[in-house]
Amino acid sequence: MDFRDSAQELAFRERLRAWLTEQAPNFPKSTEEYWARQGEWHQSLHAAGFFGATWPKEFGGLELPPVYDVIVDEELARVGAPPRPSLGYLVTGLGRHASKEVQQRFLPGMIDGTERWCQGFSEPGAGSDLASLTTTATLDGDEYVINGHKIWTSYSDVADWCLLLARTDKDVKRHKGISAFLVNMHQPGIEQRPLKMINGVSNEFGQVLFDGARVPASQMVGNPGDGWALAMTVVGHEREPSTLGYAARYEKTVNQLARKGGERGDELAWATVQVQVLRQHVRRRLSEQLDGISHGPEGSIDKLLMTWVEQSVGHAVLAQTGTTDADLFNTYLYSRSQSVMGGTSQIQKNIIAGRILRMAV
Amino acid sequence: MDVRLTSEQQQLRDAAAKLADDLGPGAVGELDDGDRVARLEKTVAATGWRSLRSDGASGVEVALVAEEFGRGLVDVPFLGPALADDLGHAGATIVVGGIAPDARGLAEGVVLDGAAVGTVSLGEAAPGVDLTRWQAAAGEVTPAGALDDEKAQRAQALALVVTAADILGAARGAFDLACDYAKVREQYGKAIGSYQAVAHLLAESLVLIEGSVSILRYAAWAVDEEEPGVALEAARVAKVYCARSAHTICETSIQVHGGIGNTWECAAHVYLRRVLVSTGLWPVSLKEISVGLS
Repeated sequence: MDFRDSAQELAFRERLRAWLTEQAPNFPKSTEEYWARQGEWHQSLHAAGFFGATWPKEFGGLELPPVYDVIVDEELARVGAPPRPSLGYLVTGLGRHASKEVQQRFLPGMIDGTERWCQGFSEPGAGSDLASLTTTATLDGDEYVINGHKIWTSYSDVADWCLLLARTDKDVKRHKGISAFLVNMHQPGIEQRPLKMINGVSNEFGQVLFDGARVPASQMVGNPGDGWALAMTVVGHEREPSTLGYAARYEKTVNQLARKGGERGDELAWATVQVQVLRQHVRRRLSEQLDGISHGPEGSIDKLLMTWVEQSVGHAVLAQTGTTDADLFNTYLYSRSQSVMGGTSQIQKNIIAGRILRMAV
Repeated sequence: MDVRLTSEQQQLRDAAAKLADDLGPGAVGELDDGDRVARLEKTVAATGWRSLRSDGASGVEVALVAEEFGRGLVDVPFLGPALADDLGHAGATIVVGGIAPDARGLAEGVVLDGAAVGTVSLGEAAPGVDLTRWQAAAGEVTPAGALDDEKAQRAQALALVVTAADILGAARGAFDLACDYAKVREQYGKAIGSYQAVAHLLAESLVLIEGSVSILRYAAWAVDEEEPGVALEAARVAKVYCARSAHTICETSIQVHGGIGNTWECAAHVYLRRVLVSTGLWPVSLKEISVGLS
């Protein structure tokens, strides 16, 4: 048992630190600049050999243990660099469910950041109850025609591609009629409608309307009806704090609050405690992955823990600075979405009670 | 970085769990079973775990045994003698705040005041708020040398870690009790655990337990491996989190048990009592947590 970096991990960390020192003058200085240069950041992280730790080399990954992602997250947060792009759940989804041809065509661009992706799962009428989705994909020759309405589609406005769930069969049990597609976002028949969130940001979430958009049948992931299995892989990985790399970001906010001075209230001390808990929790989970334990329903424990931590940091912001600092206040507002996105806290508790505690919920 | 327990540590944990399950009080009524307690005492003494530290074991091993003994409500001394042994006084038990909190059958106490070590003779031990660990009043302190500052800080960290481990274990015991009950107790024709209002409380408890396991494991490792100041800070963080979490988990267990949970015969209050007493030994407040230094 050792919580320290191994020699290889330390060498990686030091190389990253040196690179970040060079990059520091180019870090975005405003929220607008951050959003505008997200793609560029992704590409430079990857080009320097710091992105995609756990993924296969043939697709542009590094084939390293997952702890290297944590090192990247820690070091990025330490120097105030933009976070690591979070698309591990998409890579894992395609890695497990797509054919070799589809992987070879799409994973390299996804990982190196030359092609940007969004995920079209939720709909206005299908939130927690995702399997009730009504977007349709109808076969027409060797293409499918897509009609429907997606919402909470992160980064849809800058995406080149969308991993889309659509109904291909209305006559089977609802989970079984869903298929997954890789849809080109640059085509007629797709309309973007940005959503402005409570923190004023409209770059992150969008609505996407599909009206006769087309996708080659060869860009279905797996077979007709396989979409639900892929969706479960993707949302399961969306729930892991180690995938999201948020622990280090919360620590950054806590440190920012501490530097502001003033009396340190119990809320800030409690947020500090919680951030430390999450940090060590991520380390424990990553170590368990060395045993080949892949997280199924346990991801819901991690997601709930992460949510509590983020929202306690949000409350520390309010306790220390109230509404006086616009950026910090927006950090608080953003924390409210954590108990909703990627599956609400109530859904996570259903999963924990039903699938881990066997409560027959 | 690899923070998994070693296979030796897993074996130690499993052995401690089995001992606690076999000989600990399985129900409130068994607390008064003198024959069982005598068998438990003999078995724990034979393991040698009370002198883990002087045998060279790390904080992780001591914490693993303390956690399983908390979970099983082991009602013979462990935590007290293990901490006394850490101060070089095997066979004694730790004294803090003028009492020896884990003194059943023991006559000698040892106290750490700053870096100064002292010995005391103990009065007759008796159960108090905690029904599983008996406490004794401590007499006059006889000086018995001093530790260097680093060792004193590590000893302090170990005390926090071991009490946090006891707290986490007791919380796990209370949680298991509630889960078992929620699966068998029926109302409106269904197990109460099938209702979201009950199920979600238990799901929250599990998340608190998992977070506690994670922070405690780091703090237990840090006792011997990090700089003394870092180790002490990690121990404070772990103690605060485990204590707060366990308090919630035990209260949830009482609530899930309904009326029965408020009766003496339901063990939920025995866990709660143990958690609250361990929380009060070397208590940590949020005011002591360093903010923004990491």
